[in-house]
Amino acid sequence: MTARKRPAPKNRGLWLALAPLYLFTAVLVFVPLVYVVVLSFRARAEGWGVADTFTLDNYLNILQPVYLQTFAGSLKLAFLCTGLILLIGYPFGYWMARLSPRGKKAMLLALMVPFWTNSLIRLYGWIIILRAGGVLDSLLMALGLTDRPLKLLYTYPAVVIGMVYALLQFMILAVYSSAEKLDWSLVEAARDLGAGPVRAFFTVALPMTMPGLLSGVILTFIPSMGLFFIADILGGNKVVLVGSLIQDQLLQAHNQPFAAALSVVLMVLTSLLIAVYKRVTRTGELEGLL
Amino acid sequence: MSTPILQLQNISKRFGSAQVLRGLSLEAAAGEFITLLGASGCGKTTTLRIIAGLESPDEGRVLLEGRDVTDLPPERRDVNTVFQSYALFPHMTVAGNIGYGLRLKGLPKADIRRTVEEALALLQLAGYGERRPEQLSGGQRQRVAIARAVVNRPRVLLLDEPLGALDLQLRRQMQLELKQLQQQLGITFIYITHDQEEALTMSDRIAVMRDGCFVQVGTPAQVYDRPATSYVARFVGSANVLQGHVTAAGGGQLTLSVAGHTARVQAGGRPYAPGEPIALALRSEQVEFAPEGGGIPAVVRETSFAGGMLRIGLELPDGSRLTASRHGIDLGLQPGDRLSVGWAATAAVPVEVDDR
Repeated sequence: MTARKRPAPKNRGLWLALAPLYLFTAVLVFVPLVYVVVLSFRARAEGWGVADTFTLDNYLNILQPVYLQTFAGSLKLAFLCTGLILLIGYPFGYWMARLSPRGKKAMLLALMVPFWTNSLIRLYGWIIILRAGGVLDSLLMALGLTDRPLKLLYTYPAVVIGMVYALLQFMILAVYSSAEKLDWSLVEAARDLGAGPVRAFFTVALPMTMPGLLSGVILTFIPSMGLFFIADILGGNKVVLVGSLIQDQLLQAHNQPFAAALSVVLMVLTSLLIAVYKRVTRTGELEGLL
Repeated sequence: MSTPILQLQNISKRFGSAQVLRGLSLEAAAGEFITLLGASGCGKTTTLRIIAGLESPDEGRVLLEGRDVTDLPPERRDVNTVFQSYALFPHMTVAGNIGYGLRLKGLPKADIRRTVEEALALLQLAGYGERRPEQLSGGQRQRVAIARAVVNRPRVLLLDEPLGALDLQLRRQMQLELKQLQQQLGITFIYITHDQEEALTMSDRIAVMRDGCFVQVGTPAQVYDRPATSYVARFVGSANVLQGHVTAAGGGQLTLSVAGHTARVQAGGRPYAPGEPIALALRSEQVEFAPEGGGIPAVVRETSFAGGMLRIGLELPDGSRLTASRHGIDLGLQPGDRLSVGWAATAAVPVEVDDR
């Protein structure tokens, strides 16, 4: 701490070495952020570009029902996806932590391998699976579970499936790293003191793995607010999220100040969530990420 | 005779290719303090986990008050465990930890609070109820672990090396406290330790374990004074084991030849025939220095001072070693000194050889 205030001569080398890092952060993170915030208070110029006038119109614009609905829809989808991811990912990560060392390694590898392929390409894979008469339909019909194609592609459920698929491993890894540290003798102690397996889980194992669960929630909820390309690719034009709205305003409508205002609101929303998380966990450490 | 509180019948357990327990049987009476004593890896902890229900035996039965509980899960056995690592719940207060079992039983809150307060007082933890386990010292955590188990009034309390992590002084104090607590509560204790002194101090009976078997089960006096085998003699009494053979038997005494010299011991245990090889357990403090020519000649090889005792390493004429010990530091013995050793006929005990 003191070294930071008044660097000792021998630390000068370290500071020099770190300088590019700070410069990088400043130029590529801080400056654009300020630019976006400033931009969000500017008016749109006639025809093209941004006018040099201060205005709150962009923010007032967001209060229009159509945009509020987009935010509400995004939040709803994010909650739904996070909930599903939690229900699938928590048991998965918890189970993984109980595997033998070899089993753990194999599962970790199995979770990593898909990342060697570009996420967009993996998403196109889902098109093949979900499209009318695609892999999923053929399979279900062959098994006699349904007699006509589900035609899931370009529907809301398709978007949910894509989001859950894209974000599930964040939850699994967060829970896994928390559950792996769980001292199993605590669960045994609970059983020994009279708790059945379910009680022992809810009174001991769950509270002990709560940091992993919460960071899993953060790590999936925040991206699910912004993953517009999944909604675009798997949802057709039917599911409009804040992310897609921003993209449209920027690239189609060329309304940069409004896109900036939407981005600022999204950032504030997610920052609020992280603030809540920090309050709940005290440490604010993201298990599985840091 | 009333039904024993706990019965182990022919318990066997194997982990993969390792046979951990080989047909253990044991009975514990109400209020008895039984210690499973053995070196690490002998199967003590596995035995305890089988009694608790945290592990199931491959063969054999566990009976609690005559009822077969072998297939019952741990939560349905009237048995509680004090874990070696304490296993206190870090997300609960001390009072929360102690009241955990009572809350599961669904007792009224006021009753739980009162019982927890009593347990805190009993284990000298009054005022610590609202602390977190991480804010306590090792000895205090130990007490919390014990309190958490005993508030449930189990039929049997299992303790897995509960004092292992404490320093010597605290250990001694806790040994006494535990013994008092056990007598006060009248609960049967099954206690694990690898410390023979602890076992001798605390137990009503000691079960000496080795390679998944009970080598000898008996009172501390029996195990210490009348070891059944050379392993028990060495492990419990730190005794010398001398090899010899019987030259004559009769009159309640055996005449032996040890290292080429004549010695006597009291007959006991199984009968020996003249000419048969025999092993003798002889504790170091029972080795006597006889007048020159009266016993077996020995040469002093080294002396060391430990725990208030002078230990004298001796070599007998046949090259075998013998350790003698005496109170006091200066006997004026130097390596190379020659003397003569012997023992009272009642001091040396014939034992079966099981550790070579």
